[in-house]
Amino acid sequence: MEYLDFEAPIKEIEEQIAKAKQLQEETKVDMTSTLEELHHRLNQTRKHIYENLTAWQRVQLSRHPNRPYTLAYINYLTNGQFLELHGDRNVKDDKAMVGGWGLLDGRGVMFIGQQKGINTKMRQYRNFGMANPEGYRKALRLMKMAEKFNKPVVTLIDTPGAYPGLEAEERGQGEAIARNLLEMSVLKVPIICIIIGEGASGGALGIGVGDRVYMLENTWYSVISPESCSSILWRSWNFKEKAAEALKLTAKDMLEHGLIDGIIPEPLGGAHTDHETTFKTVKQYIIKALEELEPMKPEERIDQRIAKFTSMGVYAED
Amino acid sequence: MAWFKRNKEGITTSTSEKKETPEGLWYKCPRCKVITAVEDHQANLWVCTNCNYHEKINAKEYFQILFDNGQYVELDPNMKSVDPLNFVDTKKYTDRLSEAIKKVKVNEAVTTGVGKLNGRDIVIAAMNFNFIGGSMGSVVGEKIARAMKYGLKHKVPVMTISKSGGARMMEAAYSLMQMAKTAAWIARMREAGVPYISFLTDPTTGGVTASFAMLGDINIAEPGALIGFAGPRVVKETIGKDLPEGFQTSEFLLEHGFIDFIVERKNIKQKVDFFLQCVM
Repeated sequence: MEYLDFEAPIKEIEEQIAKAKQLQEETKVDMTSTLEELHHRLNQTRKHIYENLTAWQRVQLSRHPNRPYTLAYINYLTNGQFLELHGDRNVKDDKAMVGGWGLLDGRGVMFIGQQKGINTKMRQYRNFGMANPEGYRKALRLMKMAEKFNKPVVTLIDTPGAYPGLEAEERGQGEAIARNLLEMSVLKVPIICIIIGEGASGGALGIGVGDRVYMLENTWYSVISPESCSSILWRSWNFKEKAAEALKLTAKDMLEHGLIDGIIPEPLGGAHTDHETTFKTVKQYIIKALEELEPMKPEERIDQRIAKFTSMGVYAED
Repeated sequence: MAWFKRNKEGITTSTSEKKETPEGLWYKCPRCKVITAVEDHQANLWVCTNCNYHEKINAKEYFQILFDNGQYVELDPNMKSVDPLNFVDTKKYTDRLSEAIKKVKVNEAVTTGVGKLNGRDIVIAAMNFNFIGGSMGSVVGEKIARAMKYGLKHKVPVMTISKSGGARMMEAAYSLMQMAKTAAWIARMREAGVPYISFLTDPTTGGVTASFAMLGDINIAEPGALIGFAGPRVVKETIGKDLPEGFQTSEFLLEHGFIDFIVERKNIKQKVDFFLQCVM
């Protein structure tokens, strides 16, 4: 397990627990009460830290290397019954954007999401979860297929941004994202979007226009990453904590401003400490949303979806 | 030997013969450095008479070029930004806003108006680049969405003139959601058969490129405009190499298939009119 800087007290207690256990095995001395005490302290410390997280700490958690990524969610949600589909039918298959058919409790669902790599080699292979235009076009192709077969779409969002590369510009990164926004706003089937890690700007929104948009508790979603915001507005990389606060990018802030529909709670200590509980909660939210959305007429869903995004914005009129 | 020799002592030009040269009488082209009289520059629609450089102009000037006799009714003229996030970086957002309003003499980074183009009704949303970099926050998104709603209600074609650095950071996710909002109303115009023209001018980047600017029935651009998703500096840092000549210009986008044609400012009215004649 990797620990973030603010998790140092947790690390310390966990090490003590490990030591106590080892001692108990070696010396056969009963350490039960010590262990109980340590576990109690661990819980208290965790609670204390996790109930008082700063915006920047949430950003750190959203990027935790042990956090589950898109394919892990899909694997759990479909119980391994997943048929991955590839390619945008134009130039190539984007490894940073995955998608395909899965069975969720026996019903067909189109899953789409950015995929990050689990180790250095895979991170490169997945381009760090930064999709190219062909990724957004693959996503759109799959959404249109879901529409054809009248099946819902679930998108799992986890990206530090759309890839800002040379070929991406040549192949129309802006157009690809814009096209998705347009098509998703009028897609006839239910769309559920869940930010499971990083929700960076247009790269996230490009698969983020849905009837329900949820954020996991320790994720962020905004127009720019705190680092880039710091470098542009403060002209230095050193104000990322300040930028994170200013951007109001946490799930709680986003819900308060009416920019998302709900927060999916994570187990105490974050999704990375307990994947299965996280998956289970996410599954409950998807199923509940589908139960609400599926009985609706497509036009009704589309009207509500457009009305929701239209209502976003604050301004004054004399 | 002296280089100059004064033949007559003292200043002999009478004040009545002196020419007035107040500030702003001359325009120096930032590209070719040639100086022209501001009057001639304006008569040439703020395009350099020497090198054809299209100077950045605001909504007011575009309206003068496009609407018949420069006449139009402004939509939502009093809509102003507020500061929903109490955003402070090196400056307060509210201060940035009041400074921009004072300096640019417009209320926001977009002005929307309805008028006639060669006798045909049209709604135009044109951006003001010198208002916080033409960035899109709540007001820009809302005004554009309302211009589109107007077009839908009255079956009137809609044109946007983009000139923007992208989404406005000081409104964070509110700005981001304007991308979805504007795109949704373009989808509605598609359903209703309302023509939508996207005119991209220098510069059009970020969240504006990734939403309404790329979604026209026709996307057209002024020559030599910078158009892209990521800014050239960011792309350069990403690839760690120098960018090829002409990267992210209108001509580059035309070549890669993202705009329909490039149009000089002096021809824009006629081209839009012809397109509308064909589709309406």
